[in-house]
Amino acid sequence: MIEFNNETLANGVGVIRPVGRLNMVSAPHLGANIDALISDGTVRLVVDLAGTDFIDSSGLGALITGLKKTRQAGGDLRLANPTAQITAVLEMTNLNKVLQPVSSVDGAY
Amino acid sequence: MTSRQLAIRLIVLATAILGLNYIIWRWMVSVNWDAWWIAVPLVLAETYSLLDSLLFGVTMWRYRQRDTPPPPPAGLTVDVFITTYNEPLDLVMGTARAARNIAYPHRTWILDDGNRAELRAIAEAEGIGWITRSEDWANRPRHAKAGNLNNALLATDGEFMLILDADQVPDPRILDHTLGYFNDRKMALVQTPQVFVNVPPHDPLGSQAPLFYGPIQQGKDGWNAAFFCGSNAIIRREALMQLGVMRYVSETELALNKALRTADKVVAKARRQLGPGQERLAAALSTVAADLRQVRRELSEGQAIADVTYRFQERVDTVARNLVAEDFAALHAELNSIEGLSRTIDVDGSLAVVDDVALDRLSQRDWSPLGAVETVRVLIDSVNAEKAGEAQAVMPLATISVTEDMATCMRLHSLGWESAYHHEKLADGLAPEDLDSMLTQRLRWAQGTMQVMFRENPLLQRGLGLAQRLMYLATMWSYLAGFAAVAYIAAPVIYLILGILPVQSLSNEFFLRLIPFLVVNQILFLVVGRGVKTWRGQQYSLALFPTWIKSVTSAFGNVFLGRDLDFRVTPKTLQARKRLPWHLVRPQLIAMAVLVLAAVVGAIRLLLGQGDLLGSSVNFVWIAFDLLIFSVVIQAVRYPGYDAWLDSTKKKEGNP
Repeated sequence: MIEFNNETLANGVGVIRPVGRLNMVSAPHLGANIDALISDGTVRLVVDLAGTDFIDSSGLGALITGLKKTRQAGGDLRLANPTAQITAVLEMTNLNKVLQPVSSVDGAY
Repeated sequence: MTSRQLAIRLIVLATAILGLNYIIWRWMVSVNWDAWWIAVPLVLAETYSLLDSLLFGVTMWRYRQRDTPPPPPAGLTVDVFITTYNEPLDLVMGTARAARNIAYPHRTWILDDGNRAELRAIAEAEGIGWITRSEDWANRPRHAKAGNLNNALLATDGEFMLILDADQVPDPRILDHTLGYFNDRKMALVQTPQVFVNVPPHDPLGSQAPLFYGPIQQGKDGWNAAFFCGSNAIIRREALMQLGVMRYVSETELALNKALRTADKVVAKARRQLGPGQERLAAALSTVAADLRQVRRELSEGQAIADVTYRFQERVDTVARNLVAEDFAALHAELNSIEGLSRTIDVDGSLAVVDDVALDRLSQRDWSPLGAVETVRVLIDSVNAEKAGEAQAVMPLATISVTEDMATCMRLHSLGWESAYHHEKLADGLAPEDLDSMLTQRLRWAQGTMQVMFRENPLLQRGLGLAQRLMYLATMWSYLAGFAAVAYIAAPVIYLILGILPVQSLSNEFFLRLIPFLVVNQILFLVVGRGVKTWRGQQYSLALFPTWIKSVTSAFGNVFLGRDLDFRVTPKTLQARKRLPWHLVRPQLIAMAVLVLAAVVGAIRLLLGQGDLLGSSVNFVWIAFDLLIFSVVIQAVRYPGYDAWLDSTKKKEGNP
């Protein structure tokens, strides 16, 4: 199963760390985490994928939904530390054309 | 290859050779160019029909009957979706209970687009899930059934989903008999037949489609192009979600490129309109123009769209803020004048179809410089990765058409996924029982198909193989029959009344070339149909010519001119009526009257010694055939619905 170790940095950026597999079962949990941060007023988010072993299309869908929601709230959503599998999936779906991951959480904003 | 398959291929080859032998001769030698106004439409109609039968031949070439799939492994997660909008509660619950009783472990959900509290209460009391649209859909395009399913996709998490219309009562074995196909990792979709139980054997409304849910689907299946037909199908979630993510990316790119082009025009126009003494505004516009160039540069360098548009917004916001600070009141007035802009962009919902007309109109408006800056900001904002106009950023089921199934299936195939047609009745469906509902339903299918043809023509889709393209084209092509039907009505009428023959002469050669083709073509139907009743379908493919023509013109108007489709949901219950609905088939009745009149005039001309016996006889036969085709609408109008038909049949049997 998946766990989320979230924190808010000093500059107000929210970091979400999904640990485990981000698939069709766990994708709704990611969505719920993003929603909770937005409703607390944290709209600049980084999803740190260092601990995410696997992502499928449902997981990508949840990331896109998160991007849409943070943008609508005046913020943004960025990706950091993708593993090789995640990079491959991002490239296969062309999603890297829209959401390009950065190599560290600090470099996201 | 089985001997049956060999026979089919030989007949297909014979049809193709004889058909080409006829049509080439028709074009080269036999067209009566003096009467081109009827001769050309007729030969075009014949060419249309020949291509139709060639496409049918291609479909049959790889005709395949699949073996029974292996039983599915245990432990797959499956959601069963029952889509409903306004159907009666007992109809929906009847289907839902049957769905709950499906043997393979699963969860059952009613997807209630009508948001009915009563339905929710009944369903949940029986342990059936109930899903309605989330708040995100408020004031956004709803996309009918596709939107309903897309909403449910994000609210559930099964690996597979079975989609059922509210009037398709599933067999308990439906999942056990189909999930095994998904052992193939590339299998995205399994379609089973739609068969209707409330239809008498003579099928007056042409509800059953035994040729389609049989040889045609099996033929398409041979080319890995079995169609998704909206209900009674099982889909792999991963395939749909991948489709949604990839569409999101390409639609975002497309919309951004369009918006950039329009933004350039807006800025250029505003700069031309600058008067003397407006240096400050000129500077602001130059900044925006430079920012736009930077956006293009960054995109071409491969930077991510979200980052590029985000930074662009920030820069333009700064420009706008500076201007605002200096002249708040003036800008405020400008802002009010463009308030409607984002709405304009959302007209049709999907960003992929950002309306070119609307964009042009925007760039042609007399934007003053301040307005231009804000316009550009709103333009880019509207396409930036957030898709504010849509309820969901990811829309796995295609929303470009009122029939979401064909477009979705074509996109799956072009991503390399496979589909299967499972030829076993695993649900009992209800067909419309009156002519009005039937015509509404056929019009909707035809319109949906035409929308896909205009918006995503299969011949132009990357990723599809040639045969797959032809399989999609074949179905679209068949909906163009309405125009051919008009020529087939007009030609004999014109001959018998005016004596004008659209062919050079009715020589022996004409019959020697035509008749073998017609015979072989019918043999092909007999062999592939193997006793299924195809006559009703043949009748309706010509007799509904007004519906087919309307579908083409209305879909054209919708796709290219931004007009409303005038779309109604098919009523699932018998519509009450007081009189027989003859008005619904007025064009067909007029056509029949004209045909009869022409036959009478032709007979009189013959008696007066004015007509040619051979020519008249051929045209009499032709008219008789047309009348036989069109006669189907008379029994359709008189059909009282299934229950009333059952009652009257019983009475007849009771009093012999």
